Amino acid sequence: MSGDPIYTEMIIEYSRNPSNYGKLENPQITRHDSNPLCGDSIDLYLNINDNRISDVKFDGKGCAICMACSSVLTEMIKGKDLSDVKKFQKDELLSELGLEHLIKTSPVRIKCALLSLKALKYGIYSYFAEKMNDIESAGNLKEEASNLY
Amino acid sequence: MQATSETFEDLRKDFPILNRRVRDDKKLVYLDNAATTQKPNQVIDAITNYYKNHNSNIHRAVHALAEESTEAFEATRDKVAKFLNVKDSREIVFIRGTTEGINLVSYAWGRDNVKEGDIIVTTEYEHHSNIVPWQLLTQEKKAQLKYIDIDNNGELIMEQLDDYLNTGKVKLVTFSHMSNVLGTISPVKEIISKCRSAGVKVLIDGAQSVPHMKVDLTDLDSDFYVFSGHKMLGPTGVGVLWAKKEILEKMSPFLAGGDMIREVHKYETTWNDLPYKFEAGTPNIADVIGFAKAIEYLEKIGMDNIRNHELELTKYALEKMKKIPGITLYGTKEPEKRGGVISFNFNDVHPHDVGTIIDKEGVAIRSGHHCAQVLMEKLNVAATNRASFYIYNTKEEIDVLISSLQHVAKVFKL
Repeated sequence: MSGDPIYTEMIIEYSRNPSNYGKLENPQITRHDSNPLCGDSIDLYLNINDNRISDVKFDGKGCAICMACSSVLTEMIKGKDLSDVKKFQKDELLSELGLEHLIKTSPVRIKCALLSLKALKYGIYSYFAEKMNDIESAGNLKEEASNLY
Repeated sequence: MQATSETFEDLRKDFPILNRRVRDDKKLVYLDNAATTQKPNQVIDAITNYYKNHNSNIHRAVHALAEESTEAFEATRDKVAKFLNVKDSREIVFIRGTTEGINLVSYAWGRDNVKEGDIIVTTEYEHHSNIVPWQLLTQEKKAQLKYIDIDNNGELIMEQLDDYLNTGKVKLVTFSHMSNVLGTISPVKEIISKCRSAGVKVLIDGAQSVPHMKVDLTDLDSDFYVFSGHKMLGPTGVGVLWAKKEILEKMSPFLAGGDMIREVHKYETTWNDLPYKFEAGTPNIADVIGFAKAIEYLEKIGMDNIRNHELELTKYALEKMKKIPGITLYGTKEPEKRGGVISFNFNDVHPHDVGTIIDKEGVAIRSGHHCAQVLMEKLNVAATNRASFYIYNTKEEIDVLISSLQHVAKVFKL
């Protein structure tokens, strides 16, 4: 089964050894999300300093795709400015793992891939609204999260 | 009729979908029968024939088509009654499926009969459809919902039922005849007899039992029994609620509207006779008529033969799977105590990944929590893989399942 379009070396490796896996102590933002149909379930923990994601971790149970995408997402946003993170799009995450094709080929598995991104968008949406009083960004994030898949 | 494995092999020709190729031109191996079964030509043709030649609304007009439709619809009711050994076909209510049936009982019977402090008993291996309606009812009535737990063998701990019944507060015990995840067959008669002695009503979810074994409702003597047609070769959108006539007569209606009324005046209405009191609106006529053909098909093979065929497949599969390193099998080890459902996990590979990889080999199983999250919590897993068998499945197909698991091992470098 070499050349499997989903189960690449990278995905298997991340699913075995996920990055940034675990909890943060007293995180500023905690967001839980799950896919009711398949049972993927994660918690995303974020700390923000000077409008930067100073630390991020996640934990939970999920399939290889979910674990790999959550790992890569946390790697990609760690240390990043919130103004960049709010613009983060699903294509950036999917292409990092070579999973863009899932959008067309697997409406079921795309949910596994994007669960962590959905949690991120919902997670920082209230931060933008309450802590930064940036209602427009908050509104956009909420809408993007609800339309992600 | 003596049915051999050739008989079962032979009936595959009646199921056009089983000839399908899927994914990379792989032969379809359909092992998701606990979710829904495939349909034989006999059922598909009956539905087409109905729409081409007889389509009409029922129970009202006097024209020829209406008479034909009504006759075929009501003949199905008689067929269902006979199939389940129910003496009075007015006790057979057509509904959309098991979920609707349980909701009907929780709403129409539950709201009139369950009061503050009362107890409803269910089990840890129920489908969500036999948990959530009772959560809603007990929350509304300030009543309590209690669970019969399962032991390490996936069987109900019957002493807990005794304890609940001894409180004198139990109004209803509701459980599945066969678990949709573990395949465990509940000790139905024992539960019913305990409930009878305590004067407690019994509802049985027969979604996984009626398709696979002989069910005699007169012999069982529960109060309510519900099941779905689509898990037994029939079309989706047809199910059956059976309840004793004296209970149905006292029950309030569930849905209100056409066909369920006798007389409607501006401010009051009287209800129609059974079963029509519970069949508001135009029913799913075509699919009910198609369902009759599904029952005929199963009767022709014989329910005992079906049970034996599935038992043989289950034994075969369990034997093979036990030998695969890294397999965790759930449920009782005694095949006689279970139906043709095998839930398993493979090393620590998430069931969704297993499902996707073996799907490439043409094997269709179910991965997930199977609408039984209470049970998943008990088993301490997020999800399982589930292979479930029916009349058209063969040992060769189980071999394909087993070899496809080797692909999983390869991909995950196990």
